[in-house]
Amino acid sequence: MAEKQREVLLSINDLHVWFELRRFGFGHAGYVKAVDGVTFDLYYGDTIAIVGESGCGKSTLMRTILGLNKPIKGSVTFEGKEIAALDSEELRWYRSQVGYVQQDPFGALAPFMTIQRILEEPLIIHGIKDPVERERRVRKVMEEVKLSPVEDFLHKFPHMLSGGQLQRVVIARAIILEPKLIVADEPVSMLDASVRVEILKLLRGLQEAHRLAVIYITHDLSTVRYFSERVFVMYAGNVVEKSDVHRLVKTPYHPYTVALLDATSDPDAENARKFRELPPGEPPSLVKPPQGCRFHPRCPKMIDTLCNVDEPLEFQPESGRLVSCWLYK
Amino acid sequence: MPRDKLLRIENLVLHFKTAKGAVRAVDGVFFELGYKEAVVVLGESGCGKSSLAKAVLRLLPRNVERYDGKIYLEDSEIMGLDEEEYRRNVRWVRMSLVPQAAMNALNPVMKVGDQVAEPAMVHFGVKKEKALVEAAKMFQHVGVPVDFLNRYAFELSGGMRQRVAIAMALVTAPGVVILDEPTSALDVLTQANIFNVLKRLKQELQVSFVLITHDIATSSELADRVAVMYAGQIVEANDAHSFFNEPLHPYSRMLMASVPRLRAENEPEFITGQPPSLLNPPTGCRFAARCPQRFAKCSDEPPVFNVGGRQVKCWLYEA
Repeated sequence: MAEKQREVLLSINDLHVWFELRRFGFGHAGYVKAVDGVTFDLYYGDTIAIVGESGCGKSTLMRTILGLNKPIKGSVTFEGKEIAALDSEELRWYRSQVGYVQQDPFGALAPFMTIQRILEEPLIIHGIKDPVERERRVRKVMEEVKLSPVEDFLHKFPHMLSGGQLQRVVIARAIILEPKLIVADEPVSMLDASVRVEILKLLRGLQEAHRLAVIYITHDLSTVRYFSERVFVMYAGNVVEKSDVHRLVKTPYHPYTVALLDATSDPDAENARKFRELPPGEPPSLVKPPQGCRFHPRCPKMIDTLCNVDEPLEFQPESGRLVSCWLYK
Repeated sequence: MPRDKLLRIENLVLHFKTAKGAVRAVDGVFFELGYKEAVVVLGESGCGKSSLAKAVLRLLPRNVERYDGKIYLEDSEIMGLDEEEYRRNVRWVRMSLVPQAAMNALNPVMKVGDQVAEPAMVHFGVKKEKALVEAAKMFQHVGVPVDFLNRYAFELSGGMRQRVAIAMALVTAPGVVILDEPTSALDVLTQANIFNVLKRLKQELQVSFVLITHDIATSSELADRVAVMYAGQIVEANDAHSFFNEPLHPYSRMLMASVPRLRAENEPEFITGQPPSLLNPPTGCRFAARCPQRFAKCSDEPPVFNVGGRQVKCWLYEA
């Protein structure tokens, strides 16, 4: 098992996902470069958090990993198989290996199905014909996500449950086929503060118990610490910094990471007395991203004739940390 | 009432009629707000905080079962005003609202400049040209380029739309602006930006804010005072400094302990259980079922105790 731990489960190599824009429905009018050159490896039982603002491409990255978008260049490889090249039979296998936890539990569950039916659905699709076996597995997974007593929930409909309970159902559905990888897209952003941590801890516990690999996508840096050691920061389609979360919070390298950390508040009465230093402007258009570093128009440390000309390479200012910024040349 | 308070709410009640009985969404709310101050109403979903915004501004749906209490604005009581007086003299003249999901609250087929100018035209009867000048001024205050006056909402980013909604609430120069979850749909940087704008407005325009939110961390960006709401009631009202350092009510303490923090190594704790239904809230303290410190007395409804100027609705603080 320990051996398998270090084996690569998911490998993302120079991934580019572009969406074509069309003028009047047919003329080519450029591309939205939602993901533009992302590379990383995920090992068995490993967790990664991907942090970024809306429009940075994190959801497109996630959808590409799930096989919902096709990359224009580069590849996503799962256990040695490139997922863009899977046929429909293999794709069915792949979908049983990857669980997806949606952002909005209120919208992710069919309102006309009971919880039992919702959780059975993946089992039916993946060919478990014996209803007794199905119910056994539904009950088991409900115990695991602490929807207990199970009897109270089996025959309820989604509208009868609170947000936290719904998110447990979503998680149960994602793990019922015993996948190797879970992709969680902002799993707690729609929930109340007091429930958030509970759900994160539940996910973490499941991850450890089943040696799941998890990709946790979020915009909220303050929740990352409770979930993942490794964190990637994305900006405008690129991963700009890769680090462990503790060192990232203590000494962020990329100016965008610095800004993101500066903008995140902790509850403190002093906050009301000061203004926050923030980079001006808004994230760039992904149709025509700025030349060179995509953050340069907002960057306080921009180096003229370098940052606005050449795209930064990945540098390693200290071991285990990578940053795409010319400051660390 | 003391003249140094701009807004004071006493025992505000708003119950809704439903097929299953009365939903006691706002059930005895109190707080006060000084000049150039911001009070944060903190509460989780379903605690009645958005109904509170509606109750204060008298934006009521049809199924109201009970609506009473006292709202003092400067030196006058406004609950007693009739509908027409309230519309003419209070709503949007002295008190306005930035609605929840303000990003989508703008009219898609009207230029944003016209939308911001409209309250001034309606309430003060000024000509459109003059109202647009006012709107342009407001755009500058909230940090939207003035040439955006002629744009439509879909041409603006989320942060810009939020700023426009704030400008719309400010154009009539009201003393109080109620902000209902103003930044919950926005990104971290945009959110921090909006809070910078609100802080500046508080100084520049002498305006006071009631900020209704569930987000404890960002609420501290604006708060001078904090009122914590649970199951339709205010359980604690405190100044921000002592609230963030030493919350009194067990619910406030647990809520604070549940916040994930970026810069501290604490392990957040969650609150077990669910808030009670507002259809049939328990008699006695509404938090008792989830409270680790409950004792015999909690089956009676606690009054509001005054602990060194801080108000808390909990038997633990009985003198």
